[in-house]
Amino acid sequence: MTIAETGRRGDDRWAGRGQPPPGHYGPIQLIASEWTKLRTVRSTIWTLVVTVAAVIGIGALATAVTAAHWRSGGIADHIGFDPTARSLAGLFLGQISIGVLGVLTMSAEYSTGTIRSTLAAAPNRPLVLACKALVFGAVALVTSEVITFAAFLLGQDLLKGTTPYASLGQPGVLRAVAGAGLVLTVVGLFALALATIIRHTAGAIAAYVGVMLVLPLILQAFPVSFQHGVIKFLPLVIAENMTATRPAVTDFGGAVLFSPWVGFLILCCYTLALLAIGATVLTRRDA
Amino acid sequence: MAGRHLSRRRQRAHDLDSERVLIEVEDLTKNYGSTVAVDHLSFDVRPGMVTGFLGPNGSGKSTTMRMILGLDRPDGGHVTVAGRRYGDLPWPLREVGGLLEAKSVHPGRTAYNHLLALAQTNGISRARIAEVLELVGLTGVARKRAGTFSLGMGQRLGIAAALLGDPGVLLFDEPVNGLDPEGIRWVRLLLKHLASEGRTVLVSSHLMSEMAVTADHVVVIGKGRLIAQATIGDFLGASSNSHVKVRSPQSDALAAVIVSSGGKIARMGDGALEVSGLSAADIGDLAATRGYALHELSPQTASLEEAFMELTDESVEYRGARSGES
Ligand SMILES: Nc1ncnc2c1ncn2[C@@H]1O[C@H](COP(=O)(O)OP(=O)(O)O)[C@@H](O)[C@H]1O
Ligand SMILES: [Mg+2]
Repeated sequence: MTIAETGRRGDDRWAGRGQPPPGHYGPIQLIASEWTKLRTVRSTIWTLVVTVAAVIGIGALATAVTAAHWRSGGIADHIGFDPTARSLAGLFLGQISIGVLGVLTMSAEYSTGTIRSTLAAAPNRPLVLACKALVFGAVALVTSEVITFAAFLLGQDLLKGTTPYASLGQPGVLRAVAGAGLVLTVVGLFALALATIIRHTAGAIAAYVGVMLVLPLILQAFPVSFQHGVIKFLPLVIAENMTATRPAVTDFGGAVLFSPWVGFLILCCYTLALLAIGATVLTRRDA
Repeated sequence: MAGRHLSRRRQRAHDLDSERVLIEVEDLTKNYGSTVAVDHLSFDVRPGMVTGFLGPNGSGKSTTMRMILGLDRPDGGHVTVAGRRYGDLPWPLREVGGLLEAKSVHPGRTAYNHLLALAQTNGISRARIAEVLELVGLTGVARKRAGTFSLGMGQRLGIAAALLGDPGVLLFDEPVNGLDPEGIRWVRLLLKHLASEGRTVLVSSHLMSEMAVTADHVVVIGKGRLIAQATIGDFLGASSNSHVKVRSPQSDALAAVIVSSGGKIARMGDGALEVSGLSAADIGDLAATRGYALHELSPQTASLEEAFMELTDESVEYRGARSGES
C-alpha cells in the first residue's frame, strides 16, 4: 500500500506548499460556505416547499372558498372584508415552516456535530453567525417575496367576478403584500437566533411556536385591560397587522396597535436582540 | 513561514527545525462542573515526527485537542498553534487540520459538498478537494451522502477534511477507532508519511500498542495531568519496569554490591538476577572492579503497554507524583 502525495509541496520538508492568499478569511468565504451548506441538505428544500405550498395553497383555498360563499354569506362576512389579507391567509402556516427552516439552519450544526468543523475552520463566531443569518435571510427573503406576491395575485384572480378584490395600487396593499414577505423573513431569522441560543432542534421549534402561537393564547387568560396594553407587542399580532390593509381591530377587541411599519421595526428589534444574545453565547460557550 | 511567531523561550532554537514548537500547551486547565478534565497540562509538539498523545479513556485527550483547536475555552493556561492563538490564525485550515473524535458531518450532505463547504471558508480550491478525496480513496463515493458511509469511510472523510488546507500541523483524535486492520495500517502509514514531509502530527490513542508502532515521541497523560513527555525509547527506559538481567557465578556477592550501590534485586528461578535502578553499564563496571565474572548482562525493556499501564496506574494512586518527569 502506498500513500499518494498529501500536499503540493515539492521537497521533503513541509514548507514549500502554495502560499496562502494575503489577508485572512472573512465574510466572502463564509457566505460562500454557508450558501453551500444551506443548499446541499434536503431539509432546506422540503421546508421551502412546505412554505411555498402553505402560503400559495392556503391563500388560494381561502379566496376560492370566500368567492364561492360570497353571495350566500351575511352582511357580517362582507363588512370589513380584506381581500388582501384573505389571499395571504397561508402566512400563518408559512411562518411556522420558515421558522422550522431557520431553526434547522442552525440546530443541524449542533445535532450533526458540524458546528465543530465550522468553528475550527472559522473561529470568529459572531462572524460565522452573521454570515449564516445573512445567507438564510437572503434565501428566505427572495422565497417569501415571490410567494406572497404569487399568493396575492392568484387570490385576487380567484376573488374577481364574485367579490370585492384588491389591486397593488390601492392604499396599503403593496405594503401588506411586500410586508408579508418581510415578516416571513424576519420571523425565520428570529427562529434561527432562538436555535443559536437553545442548540436543540426540538427545543428551538417548541420555543418558536410558543412565542409565535401560544403566547397570544396565554394572554387571553389575563384581564382585558392588560391584554390591550401588551397585545401590540406580540410577533403574531405585528405580523397580522403588517399584512392587512386595515387595522385588524376586530380580532383584538379594540386594542390600539402600532402602525404596520412601527410594529415591523419592533419585530426586527426582537430578532436583532436575539441574534446578539446568540452571538454572545456562541462565543462564550464550548463548541 | 512568514508571520509565524515563535515564543520567546524557543526563539534561540528557531533555526533548528526539530527545535521548532508548533503546538505549545502551557498550564492548560479545563473543568466541566466538578470534573477536572485537564489539569495544569503543559507539553509541546514538534515537526517532522509523529507525536503520540496517550492516556486512558477519560484522561482528557479529546478535551485538550478541542482546546488546541479553539473549540473549548480553557479555564486556565493557554495554547498556541504555529506560534499563535488558534483564533488569530488568518487561514486556520491552511495551518491546522483536525480530525475530532466525534463525527462532525451532516449525514444528508454528500462527501464532496461537505468538503466544499469547508474549503470555501478558507479559500481552498476545488482541485484540492478532488486531491484529498483521491488521497483517502473516496473519489468514487464523493457524490454519495455521508450518512450512507461506513465507520471507516466516515473516518477517511474526516481525514480528508483535516488535509484539505494542506496544513503544517495535524491533530488526529483516535483516528483508528472503528477501522478494520487494513484501515488501521493505512492510517499508520499516512501519519508517518505526513510527519516525514516535515509536518507536525499529534495523534491521540488510548491504546499503547497502537502508538508503539506509529509514534516517535509520546506525551502521556493520566487524569488530565502530564505523566511523561519523551521519545518512545526514553519513555520505556524511564519506566521502573525496565531492568537488567544478570548472570554470574558469584551471584550472591554481586547482588550485595548491587544493593549497596542503590540497585534493586529480584532473583529469578533459574539463578539469574533482575536488577532495576542501575544501568547495564553500571553493573558491568561494578563487576569489573570486583573481578566478578559475568555470564549474561542484558537490558530488558518493558513493552510500551506495560510502561503505560504502570505510569497511568501511578497517576491514579499518587496523582501527579511524577508530573513533569520524562
Ligand atoms: N463536554 C463535556 N462535558 C462534561 N464533561 C466532559 C465533557 N467532555 C469531557 N468531559 C469529561 O472530561 C474528562 C476527559 O474527557 P476526554 O477529554 O473525552 O478524555 P479522553 O479523550 O482522554 O478519553 C472525562 O471525565 C469526561 O467525562
Ligand atoms: Mg477521547
